[in-house]
Amino acid sequence: MSHHIVEAKNLRHVYPDGMIAIKDVSFRITHGESVAIIGANGAGKSTLLQHLNGCLIATAGQVRIGDTLLTKSTLPDIRRTVGMVFQYPDDQLFMPTVFEDVAFGPLNLGLSGEEVDRRVAEALERVGAGHLQAKPPYHLSGGEKKRVAIATVLAMSPDILVMDEPTSGLDPFARRQLMYLLQEFQHTKIFTSHDLDMVMELCERTIILHEGAIMADGPTGEIFRNEALLTACRLEKPFSMQGCPLCRKRADTKKP
Amino acid sequence: MISINAAVIDLKRLDLLANGDSPIHILDARAKVLVTFVFIISVVSFDRYELARLLPFFIFPIVMIALSGLPPIYIVQKISLISPLVLMVGLFNPVFDRTVMYQIGHLGISGGWVSLLSLFIRSLLTVGAAFILVGTTGFTAVCQALERLGIPQIFAVQLLFLHRYIFALADEISSSSRARELRSCGKKGLGVASFGSLAGHLLLRTWQRAEHIHTAMLARGFIGRFYVQRQSRFAASELLFMLGWCIIFIALHSFDISDILGGLVTGIFP
Repeated sequence: MSHHIVEAKNLRHVYPDGMIAIKDVSFRITHGESVAIIGANGAGKSTLLQHLNGCLIATAGQVRIGDTLLTKSTLPDIRRTVGMVFQYPDDQLFMPTVFEDVAFGPLNLGLSGEEVDRRVAEALERVGAGHLQAKPPYHLSGGEKKRVAIATVLAMSPDILVMDEPTSGLDPFARRQLMYLLQEFQHTKIFTSHDLDMVMELCERTIILHEGAIMADGPTGEIFRNEALLTACRLEKPFSMQGCPLCRKRADTKKP
Repeated sequence: MISINAAVIDLKRLDLLANGDSPIHILDARAKVLVTFVFIISVVSFDRYELARLLPFFIFPIVMIALSGLPPIYIVQKISLISPLVLMVGLFNPVFDRTVMYQIGHLGISGGWVSLLSLFIRSLLTVGAAFILVGTTGFTAVCQALERLGIPQIFAVQLLFLHRYIFALADEISSSSRARELRSCGKKGLGVASFGSLAGHLLLRTWQRAEHIHTAMLARGFIGRFYVQRQSRFAASELLFMLGWCIIFIALHSFDISDILGGLVTGIFP
């Protein structure tokens, strides 16, 4: 038995205005896997992620985390197991100081003062943000906010990390730092991203969502070599697979 | 929109001040909430023309600021934000109440002016006490104390969300107004008409933003209760703090201390 398995079966979500965001989605992510869910804007990626810890409840189908079926009664346990890092850290950081923000989750878990202190210190140290603990979150830079947002989730000791667009809005250096950090984590990881180069480096498996349905699910390298599939899903190869930009420019200018 | 941003950052500073470790900060929040409550009741229960007997009550904010190390100028600035509202409330007192109460030479001071001044002093005392409470305790801890004192949990949580909503609303107002200003090229834009739709959008956007924050809270195990890191309990120091202040407030309310002191001084130095 493992808590690290994420399984979705025939998942379907219809918003109150009638828009079908997810149609019959099924997948199984096993222990320690690092999986990217990619797709065009509006493909249903964020909606799908929000089902994994019960922020949204499916119209039909089921989600299973380990052996536990996601229901109202299992929500507290599932939310401890699945740590969710949101796209905009400003939505995630709401307490007056970084310390209090990171302590919010452990306190909700009912942990005692010393244990909370230890977890907060460890989580902040892990993301290299120990020196920021007394600062108010709105005084941090984008990269710092992102790292603190990850720490808020790590402090709850989740088995599975779910991250919505982890590298969006970061400068190249902060992006690289974050990628090194994510590489170190032994958790089961699920990302959504438009940063396909990051996906290439961090995820061995990729799921493509298109108009709410799974179009492909397989090894990342294989999927990114299938140009026809990518074009059909309004995607393109990662920059690192597109060849030298200068050569391409020269080739383009030679075209009749 | 710099002013709105500055005001919000300033308000957040009040929350940060609560992280201090002065003798007042480390007291149990319930003791501070109760003392502030008794203080406010004592101040507002005087007759509306009372002036002299209110002045000794300034001892409470002065001692609390001195012991807690809160920046006095900052607290005075915060209180001064409220004073225009208080003056508006009492604006018509001098118009309707023209009975002369004090005579200084040829100048007669009407009851309306006295009651306006009394209202103003009361507002300084009560609003100041509330700011000092939040500045030494933190809003989250105040709400938790209210709950532990028997206020239904739903009210305490509502109060907390209201406090967070102010920040979400102010953020959205500042970015929307900036966008409007930049596109109105220094003119009035579409005038009042554009404010209607701006307000509507603000409501919807802040609603959405509040939902996002709530989702993030739920994702981290929020189940309708707020916990604070500082675990304190009601010990002898809290009891002493409460009894001490309550006796002072009741004494100040029951006896005219300024009159007694004046009598003593004139008795000693006739």
